[in-house]
Amino acid sequence: MKIVVCVKQVPDTKGGVRFKPDGTLDRAAMLAIMNPDDKAGLEAALKIKNENPGTTVTVITMGLPKADEVLREALAMGADDAILVTDRVLGGADTWATSSTLAGAIRNLDYDLIITGRQAIDGDTAQVGPQISEHLDIPVISYAENIKIDGDYVIVKRQFEDRYHMLKVKMPCLITALAELGEDMYMTPGGIFDAYQTEVTVWGRKDLKDVPDTDLGLAGSPTKIAKASDRVAKGAGEKVTPDTPKDAVAYIVGKLSEKHVI
Amino acid sequence: MDFQLSKEHAMARSLFKDFAEKEAKPRAIEVDETEEFPRETVAKMQKFGFMGIPIPKEYGGQGADILTYAMCVEELSKVCGTTGVIVSAHTSLCCDPILTFGTEEQKQKYLVPLAKGEKLGAFGLTEPGAGTDAQGQQTKAVLDGDEWVLNGSKCFITNGKEADVYVIFAVTGKVEKRGKLMKEISAFIVEKGTPGFTFGTKENKMGIRGSSTYELIFQDCRIPKDNLLGQQGKGFNIAMHTLDGGRIGIAAQALGIAEGALERTIAYTKERKQFGRAIAQFQNTQFELANMATKVKAAQLLVYQAAMKKAEYQKDPKVSYSVEAAMAKLYAAEVAMEVTTKAVQLHGGYGYIKEYEIERMMRDAKITEIYEGTSEVQRMVISAALLK
Repeated sequence: MKIVVCVKQVPDTKGGVRFKPDGTLDRAAMLAIMNPDDKAGLEAALKIKNENPGTTVTVITMGLPKADEVLREALAMGADDAILVTDRVLGGADTWATSSTLAGAIRNLDYDLIITGRQAIDGDTAQVGPQISEHLDIPVISYAENIKIDGDYVIVKRQFEDRYHMLKVKMPCLITALAELGEDMYMTPGGIFDAYQTEVTVWGRKDLKDVPDTDLGLAGSPTKIAKASDRVAKGAGEKVTPDTPKDAVAYIVGKLSEKHVI
Repeated sequence: MDFQLSKEHAMARSLFKDFAEKEAKPRAIEVDETEEFPRETVAKMQKFGFMGIPIPKEYGGQGADILTYAMCVEELSKVCGTTGVIVSAHTSLCCDPILTFGTEEQKQKYLVPLAKGEKLGAFGLTEPGAGTDAQGQQTKAVLDGDEWVLNGSKCFITNGKEADVYVIFAVTGKVEKRGKLMKEISAFIVEKGTPGFTFGTKENKMGIRGSSTYELIFQDCRIPKDNLLGQQGKGFNIAMHTLDGGRIGIAAQALGIAEGALERTIAYTKERKQFGRAIAQFQNTQFELANMATKVKAAQLLVYQAAMKKAEYQKDPKVSYSVEAAMAKLYAAEVAMEVTTKAVQLHGGYGYIKEYEIERMMRDAKITEIYEGTSEVQRMVISAALLK
């Protein structure tokens, strides 16, 4: 069985966010991590690999050359191959251009299952996974909380607003992973050293299959950013100085009640 | 000379840091309070290869270097000194002597499962009457047919009751050295569950309280003849060689404890307000922090240098790393004690409260000046090399 996992290097939100003048993220200037939902997807893929001998896990990312780091991390966790899709013409991509690019790369690969994270913490759109499935014309199961392999099928517990869906889907298909899908996995120390001995395949624009230029990069992105800002400044808040603790509790309870918290 | 970590080492450090924060830190207070061995954390470390970092892959290890191992102990010890020493005792004191002195059969039988994380290791040299003076050993091993028969006891053994494989030292006879009759000491591999091998008192310790420190008791404990580790009579050399490596692990533990205390103190002094401003704004605090940070950095450089020197030794056994290891341990341990003591002081009353964890770090730090060779022994090792 062949699994492709899409991962994204995202700014660590603990390290602060910076923007370029065009409103896109200045990724080179920020601390970077593997997007948590993607990591959960990778963990699920590696678990399937451990339970199903012969399974291979290929990780793929689109990004700056620096994004190589998340691929090395994935290799050190146990992924078999890694592909970095990087090219100047791909810069500034929105979800449409990103999914077009990744689908163009994945068309070169054999796969039974594609796993992406539900969404990335830098954009929070949850669009790229489902869009890739559309480009590749395969079914998508979003918000997966659990995956079981059953022959040529996957049985997926899908989170829904007030219930779960249990879906049995024939592969090939695409799954978007919730954080719950993963179980804490770590790199191994030896895996790290091996990862830096492993060659990461680097693909550019010319390696993308069946994707027109009009679907790529900033130029191919229908999303236009009107305004981007770092943090929205919080209001000054309200300061009160009740006379007694009892008054303070009464005030807090009143506020919570007013806002329907209690 | 390059003081930059390679990409691999930087990633390994981030792995250990991430693991320590997620797995070891949340349990550190409980481990200290209850003296419970952190089995869940150890099981995860075993699963993800932390228990065989510098062991070659052919023997089930990770095939990484000593620096990577030292960084692992360092990062774990930043948040939990107990967890750090569990890795150190297992790796340096049990895996390493079997790797260095074991036969191929012993390596396959014992080292492979130890390095893979299927088994936990310990080391038994110290006895009630034999600490720094290894010649004071009373435990005896007598060859009886195809078996060695062990009688005696060992004390203060880290990973004591939790381990599966023990490297044990015992007197196997007497030899004449420089006109004096000396005890001949040999090393053995003993498995848990061997009849005649039991556990005595569990020590109620000041620090590293979860590390399962036990007395080991041998009463007519029969082990196969083949479990002699290295040559008969070479036990003292094996012990000294093992402790040279162990000192790098303990130096890394001390370094981690000091770094952990410093990090917390920096954060605390920025938050804590007195006389209308953060105490970090007072020059006394600033100077104390500067002194602490400088010493911690110096300790780190010594520890990493010792680790790299041991890596050189692994390529060329003529290289000695004994002095570097002794300097690293001596300095890092004393820095750990000094930094944690100052950290408690800078925390004021809160530093004395368990919830703030600084007092635990101070208690944990103390042992690094004592075990695997006291600071005085390190000075003896260093000065002996200077004056030879």
